[in-house]
Amino acid sequence: MTADSVFEPKIIGFLCNWCSYAGADKAGGMQEVYPPNVQVIRLMCSGRVDPQFILSALVKGADGVIILACHPGDCHYKEGNCRALQRHSMLMLMLEQLGVEKERCRLDYVSAGEGEKFNRVVRETVEAVRRLGPFLPAVAIE
Amino acid sequence: MSEKPKLAVYWAASCGGCEIAVVNLHEKLLDVDAALDFMFCPCLLDTKKKDIEALPDGAIAVTLFNGALRTDENVEMAHLLRRKSQILVAFGSCAKGGCVPALANFSTPEQLLNTVYLDNPSVDNPDSIIPCGTTGFPGGQIHLPGLLGRVKHLAQEVDVDYSIPGCPPESHQIWNVIEVILSGDLPPKGSTIGCGALTVCDDCDRTKQEKRITAFRRNYEFCPEPEICLLEQGMLCMGIATRSGCGAPCTKANMPCTGCYGAPEGISDQGAKMVAALGSVMDIGDTTDLSEDEIAGRVDAFLAAIPDYAGMFYKYTLASSTLGGKR
Repeated sequence: MTADSVFEPKIIGFLCNWCSYAGADKAGGMQEVYPPNVQVIRLMCSGRVDPQFILSALVKGADGVIILACHPGDCHYKEGNCRALQRHSMLMLMLEQLGVEKERCRLDYVSAGEGEKFNRVVRETVEAVRRLGPFLPAVAIE
Repeated sequence: MSEKPKLAVYWAASCGGCEIAVVNLHEKLLDVDAALDFMFCPCLLDTKKKDIEALPDGAIAVTLFNGALRTDENVEMAHLLRRKSQILVAFGSCAKGGCVPALANFSTPEQLLNTVYLDNPSVDNPDSIIPCGTTGFPGGQIHLPGLLGRVKHLAQEVDVDYSIPGCPPESHQIWNVIEVILSGDLPPKGSTIGCGALTVCDDCDRTKQEKRITAFRRNYEFCPEPEICLLEQGMLCMGIATRSGCGAPCTKANMPCTGCYGAPEGISDQGAKMVAALGSVMDIGDTTDLSEDEIAGRVDAFLAAIPDYAGMFYKYTLASSTLGGKR
């Protein structure tokens, strides 16, 4: 990377099949521009996001992670999004102790109709992580 | 000169508990002595490093290496014993995953030295002296091994044949491993041995029912019921994310598992798995009429009961965890 080039963060997005993935689809259909930095992994439910996935993404080259879930009360499996929230909140406390900035791991709610919100969450996350710079885990620092 | 296969037990950054676990073999130590030439163990025997250096490579049949790698000297001994041993075993949680010494990976070496030698109410060090590599004095110099940038576990420095978890490993499991080694019927290289593959819950006799926790509670806050799952009583018992094989002595004594056998088979990160497990059993009550911010606030209030999740969940595995420590 040359000195004047802009750092392009790599973001892994874990999207629930029923709401957020459809919301991302909607964002594409709206043909509004948003940054191409998010690589989407579709899961059946945000409750499937094992915290191991997030840590693995970070040590294998991701600079940030977003988890997008159904709004509270809308989960196809009733409370998968609630579990995702509880895990995320606890993981954030651990990540803070491990020196990982909170902007690198964001959970938000995107419904099937919220193409605009998907667009906004992606833009905000990419900009926040761009400001932080590349993620280098402790295991990679001698 | 004995023709028996040679056995070595070495300690790096460790507390000596692993040696005590070996001594706790009691009369079975006589069987160990009958079958093996127990020839190197700085805690118990008088063999020196130069004696090990004088051996041909591969002369030691089995080395049980306990302790994490904190200093240059630990690393040097790890390489020496790797060279001299046919089978090198990461023995105990320090060698396997870093254990308590690796909690230092939440701090830099500079912060550690500052806390120990300078900025501490019980320290009297007017000249602000910090140990350093070489110190001269009339008549010569003395050398201290340097600290590594961060604590490593054994496999991060040398090739390890097997791992035995535990802080310390249970003595009956040490005996099981010695029997396996003596039988010559060795498991595949890289195996974690002297343990089970499931979780401590499998070893624990307590009654387990539907898990819905309405609050986390710490050891000092209450005396738990003796028959019911400790996690269901709100204690952060780590049995649910910890490898079986110990026989659950802690939960038998009404204390929660703190996770010393490390992650179960197939799990890469014990701390992350604790988060996954607890995230599914927290019960924050009815949230139907709450806004998204209010729900998040209720979760945060629930979690505020515990001050140190990372230290608790990575107590035995920070060096081998996915992130390895604080950045």
